[in-house]
Amino acid sequence: MGLREVLTPFTVWKHVFDDPVTIKQPIGRPAAERYRGFHQNDLDTCIGCGTCEAICQNGAIDMVAVAGYDPEKGNSGLKPQIDYGRCCWCALCVDVCMTGSLTMSNEYTWVDTDPDAFRFVPGLEEPWKDDEEGYEREGKRVLSGIERIHMEEMEPEARIGNFDEIVAGYSRAEAILEADRCVECGLCVATCPAHMSIPDYIAAVRDQDYDRGLQLLYETNPFSEVCGRVCTHKCEGSCAALHEGDPIAIRWLKRHIIDEVPFDRRIELIGQPAEPTGRKVAIIGAGPAGLTAAFDLARAGHGVVVYEALAHAGGMMRYGIPEYRLPYDALDRDIGVIEAMGVEIRTNCRVGRDVTMDELRRDHDAVVLTIGLHMGRSTRVPGTEGAGVEKAVDLLRRITDGEKVPLAEQIVVIGGGNVAMDIARSMARLQKAEFGKVGITLTALEDIDHFLADPEEVVESREEGVKIFDARGPQEVMRDAEGKVTGLRTWRVKSIFDAEGRFAPAYDQSDERVHAGSMVIEAIGQAADTSLLGAALTEALEWNRGRIKIDTAFRTSEPWLFAAGDAVKGPDVISAVADGHRVARTVMEKLAAREVAQ
Amino acid sequence: MFSFKPDRSQYPAPGPDGKLQIDLETGKYLKLWQGPNHPGITGNMSVELTVCGDEVVEGKTHVGYLHRGFEKLMERRTFIQVFPIVCRVCVPEPDFNEYCYAAAVEDLAGIEAPEYAQWMRTLILEMGRFNSYMMFLGGIGGALGLGITGQWMTYVRDLMLDRFEELTGARIYHMFILPGGVRGHLPEGFEGRMEEVLDTAERYLADIDRVMFSNSVFKTRTKGVGVIDPALFEPYGVTGPNARAGGVAKDLRKDSPYLVYDQLDFEVATATDSDIFARATVRRADVQTSIDLIRQILKKMPKTGPAMAKIPNVLHWKIPRGETYIKGECSRGEYGYYLVTDGTGYPRRINVRGPSYTHAMALLEHLIPGTNISDVAALMVSLHTYPPEIER
Ligand SMILES: Cc1cc2nc3c(=O)[nH]c(=O)nc-3n(C[C@H](O)[C@H](O)[C@H](O)COP(=O)(O)OP(=O)(O)OC[C@H]3O[C@@H](n4cnc5c(N)ncnc54)[C@H](O)[C@@H]3O)c2cc1C
Ligand code: SF4
Ligand code: SF4
Ligand code: SF4
Repeated sequence: MGLREVLTPFTVWKHVFDDPVTIKQPIGRPAAERYRGFHQNDLDTCIGCGTCEAICQNGAIDMVAVAGYDPEKGNSGLKPQIDYGRCCWCALCVDVCMTGSLTMSNEYTWVDTDPDAFRFVPGLEEPWKDDEEGYEREGKRVLSGIERIHMEEMEPEARIGNFDEIVAGYSRAEAILEADRCVECGLCVATCPAHMSIPDYIAAVRDQDYDRGLQLLYETNPFSEVCGRVCTHKCEGSCAALHEGDPIAIRWLKRHIIDEVPFDRRIELIGQPAEPTGRKVAIIGAGPAGLTAAFDLARAGHGVVVYEALAHAGGMMRYGIPEYRLPYDALDRDIGVIEAMGVEIRTNCRVGRDVTMDELRRDHDAVVLTIGLHMGRSTRVPGTEGAGVEKAVDLLRRITDGEKVPLAEQIVVIGGGNVAMDIARSMARLQKAEFGKVGITLTALEDIDHFLADPEEVVESREEGVKIFDARGPQEVMRDAEGKVTGLRTWRVKSIFDAEGRFAPAYDQSDERVHAGSMVIEAIGQAADTSLLGAALTEALEWNRGRIKIDTAFRTSEPWLFAAGDAVKGPDVISAVADGHRVARTVMEKLAAREVAQ
Repeated sequence: MFSFKPDRSQYPAPGPDGKLQIDLETGKYLKLWQGPNHPGITGNMSVELTVCGDEVVEGKTHVGYLHRGFEKLMERRTFIQVFPIVCRVCVPEPDFNEYCYAAAVEDLAGIEAPEYAQWMRTLILEMGRFNSYMMFLGGIGGALGLGITGQWMTYVRDLMLDRFEELTGARIYHMFILPGGVRGHLPEGFEGRMEEVLDTAERYLADIDRVMFSNSVFKTRTKGVGVIDPALFEPYGVTGPNARAGGVAKDLRKDSPYLVYDQLDFEVATATDSDIFARATVRRADVQTSIDLIRQILKKMPKTGPAMAKIPNVLHWKIPRGETYIKGECSRGEYGYYLVTDGTGYPRRINVRGPSYTHAMALLEHLIPGTNISDVAALMVSLHTYPPEIER
């Protein structure tokens, strides 16, 4: 051992004048920018989906109601409350948050003498609630899928010459991947008019348990095959997943379940209806509202007869929606299941002509009116009277019936909703088959950013050659000396509604256009044909702005008569289904009450 | 010249089972508890010593003070929910748990973490190793009364914790390596700030060399003390620096390279004497390796690229039936996670292989008899063990 070894340790003394290393607490310098301090929540962005609660392995989060935040579409109104007696600051809640509203401050310490203070709703009043710094996840969420699994679709060139179905449906592998993205928050359930148990049937897809999936579908919707194809899918507009990516393809997953279960198995899974009760209910109109009510009533053991004016059941699902969106055999399967429950559908039987309301009333315990809206409305601009001007719903019905409909090489469609798209694209197909080319001009009051039709309808119709002119108000159907239609004259729309919100289009007359065409189709809305009621009943019933008045349980002012669907409410198949269930319940309550009374 | 020479002749001969027959009634022997609260104990465990004079006749290890049943807890959590708790299995070097768990899940789920994440993980593991060695170098001095080393190393470790904080968002439990990748990218200017820390560390380590490794008291009390016969390495499952100090050049970073170690340049430090001093020098050399590796990684790693692979929705992530064992070289030797999955959303079984389990119990009990009481602390610390990782 040399002297050096004894002396060198004494060099430690050189540090005696260093700054102290250990300080009392880390206050005095800010934490790093990413430091996981205390939770913050942008409450106006948070949708109360509870995904943060679901992931927390410590059970530190409870979703609670907070004053000032009410439930609304796509938002439960609840907010996460965090218990710092449980939290381990993993920030998985931040990473999984569907909206990115949840973050953390980079505060090091929080001192309070009240232990309850540490169970708090971030975003309400803590001092760091607006801190810029602190942990937030890098980029978009990665703990659940952002992008929708693509569904195969026919290319425009392949689909324009025929009425074949455009979308192919998911394969099992694709469906599982899409179902995987759902976070099971249930926000969509509140939005769905029929409150279908969406997260549950999506889970059934993940589990590949299609029997369970089918039973779940039938609990709320006997038109799942139809809705799986053409539902207006408002649920997807409230899906938690849309905030940083694509909403879950709820509609396609529903369709996928139905596609996977053979027809016979469907009937088997739903099971037999209850024992016959001896009660009889008449339903007028075999659309989704009437047939859903029929399904429920028949399953409860009541005798149901559905009277249908047209040659086939289905209502607007068959006579409105074109075949390329909803093939008839898909619709037939849904109706087939309903018939298998013992529902009798009398087609080609128009009430008011082939049988009277009085007869129906006499022979049944209750009558349900679900006649839909089958009379096309007109713009009534000059020139609409006479040949060469058609109504969209009439043409669509005739196409379904296989009739040869009037056609022209250049057609002008008035209307910017889905019905306008349906007729434009149907006529485009007929033109392609007849003339080898498409010549459709579509004019709408709304500008393209506020179009009523679904965005995909706009995209697809353009792909198929439909020319869209937005913000154009029809002024006159132009005719030549012989009265033949030559085109549509329009003005540019400045605004559609007045200051009070009433429909009162204002035009810029200097911006005039003539859209050439030898045929004009009006697709601006439909009305109910209530002539079946007869004068006495029409007089007796209460009305509400041209529609039969109903209460929330779908009772009319006549105790034996109920009404539902488009004719009184609308606007789509799933609403008709929801109303069908509701009116059936009301009828059953009435039948049960009569039972007690007797 | 000061070294302690045990005199076995004064104790009774071991019985047929090899155990000492000690009669406390004779008054010749004394039971002495070292720990669970004792500065010379490597965390929350204790050693029950039987001493005769100042010589230790027998030592029994007692663990269980920390038991939190992690492995069982993991079976009750979804795959993502396991992620925040694994780091807690080992407080001083938590990241190894995160890596092993993530890699095991990825292996069974058929996912590959992106390249950027592989580099980042390697960086994090070396930073963690560095910190773990700071605790060792501080601890071994402290165990021999050289309190200043503990203060210096705590300071340097704190500086590295600052880097952890700005990179991962936390100082101790980083929760940064998750199945599929890592949670983020390097912050702006990180390399520069890291270089400052490494620079400071090197200056303090030079001080440690002068104050500790060149210190005649330190040398006297550690050379030839606590020698592990290399023949014991196999049967006692000795790995890592404890084995390397006995001339076994084994290091999983080299022998079965994981992450990006095959793209990095480094030597495996060894020594020959297998005593406390040799174990300390191997670790001293290893710190330098970690410092060099951190520099290399920061230079070589990609500047951009995805941090996460595409993973299924974690809320209902199910992993097919399977089993895997993922291992790596942590600061104390072989660290591993054995994961069994059964096709559900929960691990069927997770077993954590921590080197402390063998080193702090069976090996220590074997080494203790015949030591001087005052050497027990240094002997324990020289094995570099962390009780939390024994009691998973
Ligand atoms: C072109 C078009 C496209 C559409 N596309 C979609 C879509 O993609 N998605 C969607 O969700 N909704 C769509 N809708 C709306 C949807 O079709 C209707 O909301 C829904 O069909 C309404 O159901 P309902 O049962 O009330 O009436 P309807 O389906 O209209 O059924 C009423 C039935 O009553 C019958 N009826 C009427 N009067 C009598 C009588 N006197 N005697 C006997 N029977 C009578 C009719 O023939 C008809 O079958 C579309 C509508 C149209 C017109
Ligand atoms: S940080 Fe982790 S433990 Fe804390 S509330 Fe969020 S998920 Fe739960
Ligand atoms: S995950 Fe985000 S949006 Fe959903 S409730 Fe939690 S904080 Fe709100
Ligand atoms: S489909 Fe969307 S809204 Fe519905 S439960 Fe799943 S994530 Fe939530």
